[in-house]
Amino acid sequence: MGKLAKRNAGRGQISIMQEIVVISGKGGTGKTSLVSGLAATGTRQVLGDCDVDASDLHLIMAPEILETHEFISGQQAQIDPDLCTGCGLCRAYCRFQAISEDYLVMEEYCEGCALCLHVCPESAVSMHDRHCGQWFSSRTRFGPMIHACLGIGQENSGKLVSIVRKVSHQTAQEKGAENVLGDGAPGVGCPVIASLSNADMALLITEPTRSAFADLRRVFDLTRHFKIPCLAVINKADLNPDITVEIERFCLEYGLGAPAKLPYDQDFTRAQIQGQSIVEYHPDKWTRPMQDIWKSAAEILKH
Amino acid sequence: MIIAVSSQGKSLKDPIDLRFGRAAHFILYDTASDEYRALDNDNNLNAAQGAGIQAAQAVSRGKAEAVITGHCGPKAFSALQAGGIAVYLCKENTVEEAIQAYKKGRLEQAEEADRSAHW
Amino acid sequence: MRLAIISGKGGTGKTTVAVNLALYLHREGEEVCLADCDVEEPNAHFFLDAAWSRENRQTVAVPEIDNAKCLGESCLQCVNECRFNSLIWMAERVMVFPELCHACGLCSFLCPVQAVDETTRDIGLVRRGKGLGVDICSGLLRIGEAMASPLIRRVLKSTPGQGIVIADAPPGTSCPVMETLRDVDYVILVGEPTPFGLHDFKIAVELVRKLGLALGTVINRDQMGDDQLEKYIRHERLPLLARLPYSRQAAAACSRAEPLLEAMPEFKEIYRNMWENLQKEMQAGGK
Repeated sequence: MGKLAKRNAGRGQISIMQEIVVISGKGGTGKTSLVSGLAATGTRQVLGDCDVDASDLHLIMAPEILETHEFISGQQAQIDPDLCTGCGLCRAYCRFQAISEDYLVMEEYCEGCALCLHVCPESAVSMHDRHCGQWFSSRTRFGPMIHACLGIGQENSGKLVSIVRKVSHQTAQEKGAENVLGDGAPGVGCPVIASLSNADMALLITEPTRSAFADLRRVFDLTRHFKIPCLAVINKADLNPDITVEIERFCLEYGLGAPAKLPYDQDFTRAQIQGQSIVEYHPDKWTRPMQDIWKSAAEILKH
Repeated sequence: MIIAVSSQGKSLKDPIDLRFGRAAHFILYDTASDEYRALDNDNNLNAAQGAGIQAAQAVSRGKAEAVITGHCGPKAFSALQAGGIAVYLCKENTVEEAIQAYKKGRLEQAEEADRSAHW
Repeated sequence: MRLAIISGKGGTGKTTVAVNLALYLHREGEEVCLADCDVEEPNAHFFLDAAWSRENRQTVAVPEIDNAKCLGESCLQCVNECRFNSLIWMAERVMVFPELCHACGLCSFLCPVQAVDETTRDIGLVRRGKGLGVDICSGLLRIGEAMASPLIRRVLKSTPGQGIVIADAPPGTSCPVMETLRDVDYVILVGEPTPFGLHDFKIAVELVRKLGLALGTVINRDQMGDDQLEKYIRHERLPLLARLPYSRQAAAACSRAEPLLEAMPEFKEIYRNMWENLQKEMQAGGK
């Protein structure tokens, strides 16, 4: 990177705001519980729920929705049955097998490439905007929250995630917030890439299971690919102490530093049932561990 | 020589748009005549993907030989590089200030993208 | 018969159910293949301690422009019509950005002079192998590759045409799950009795209903949280195929990637009942 690029690699005029995204690779490791616990102990923050496919953060945050926006992304084809002669060309050409035997476009498989539009000799195909979901700007007891809901079966291209993040940044600027705390998507594909790219740091939450450890390695590869500093958090660390040791060794070996550890605890489920963060459910027990994670994150962000 | 500056508005007094692909406008400024015109980037603002390279194409069609913007991702950077268009990253407040900084040689040419790919 | 196991929420126990059901059926003498469609984070093979016999690199077609044939600036149909913005006109030639390409074939169809050839982009691996006697096919998405659906299609294609195929779906309810549910005969939805679990479970039910597929449910980690999931299942009149008890012992076995059928023999009875219930449902044309 050139000298100037480096100097400008910060956020320019908005360099005081830092964005931390919590990702997990594997689902069910306690990502959203961690985000809500951090939110309960954080200050001057904006929450961004980037897990737009299976978003659960709102169940704890109980957001009061201030604004609702439609999310329109790309297009999809539609075949006019009055013009269609059933020649079969569109079906033969479509690479997504998105046209049924009776010449209906199966919207769940249509990627909106418009090849059928060009192929059709009868001009029976037209393209239409695709309503893919909604996004919301809300107020919660822990600060503003930007969240979204992807339509069922819609393509999670990452664009809705990008909107959530963009609006979170804008909101943080308007409110003079110091942190944007993001609840990232599972996996390593589009939605995660969109959750992560250009974030200031990632918190990788994992658990000591063979599966979660394998997934941790993959999301860690992804953060390296994007050159994003990380901190690992091992949830349910006492569930399998042997794998916990292996994960700690992995973290040290790859320069992730010592991971934070949280115990296997029923409070995670009990708090969820009460609609609370773990910190609200049992402040004496969870305030400190969450504050410690904030401190470790702040250390990493300094560098 | 024409330089393209990503801008939030259509005049020299407007602030720079830090985004390249999704900038609101580009100001195409001719350093020889000190004349300029604004190029709309509306089509790209809502593109699902590929905004960066489309913006690169647009400024190339506008005969720009250099781009001044806030940030530039890898695909847009390689497109601009292929077109022989130099990239300068800056934090100046207005388009005018950015052009002045460029003229005085205070902007340094970027050697690579400063942002990773995004949507 | 093609089954798919889905969960809505990640970490609900989808893979656990898929692996143990496959193992149970194999031990009952059925011809069964497990297809791990969670190509972003494939884990089923750990539970079977599978050894791979074949690994095939998978690619998708992306355009390559023959500049000698290309009509150039007077045409630009490929550049102007691509809905994914993946081509531009730059420095007197068409420049392709393969990472943006959806491999739809539009540019090659439109080109009046056949100047669009197709080259390939690596999307990941499809692996085939065996573990504990069970056949397994699994996809592994290349890190940095954004689109999972084409690879899921390849995984499902590489499964045998006969016997029982059990597809372990990715989490969520977006396009990769839809891809996994193509051409399946029955969907098993695994839920967890917690507020997060219930919320995502409801969305998954809606998805399966939208597709008009037969659906059965399994409650995993029964008694872990509250009874709202079960109430919902009853209210919606969904078949409940099985309840898997919640225990720390089971969680620990899963952490070591041990199939519960191996670690805790009492699970055999549960899977036997699950399978019997499922067959009854299918015979009844279960909804």
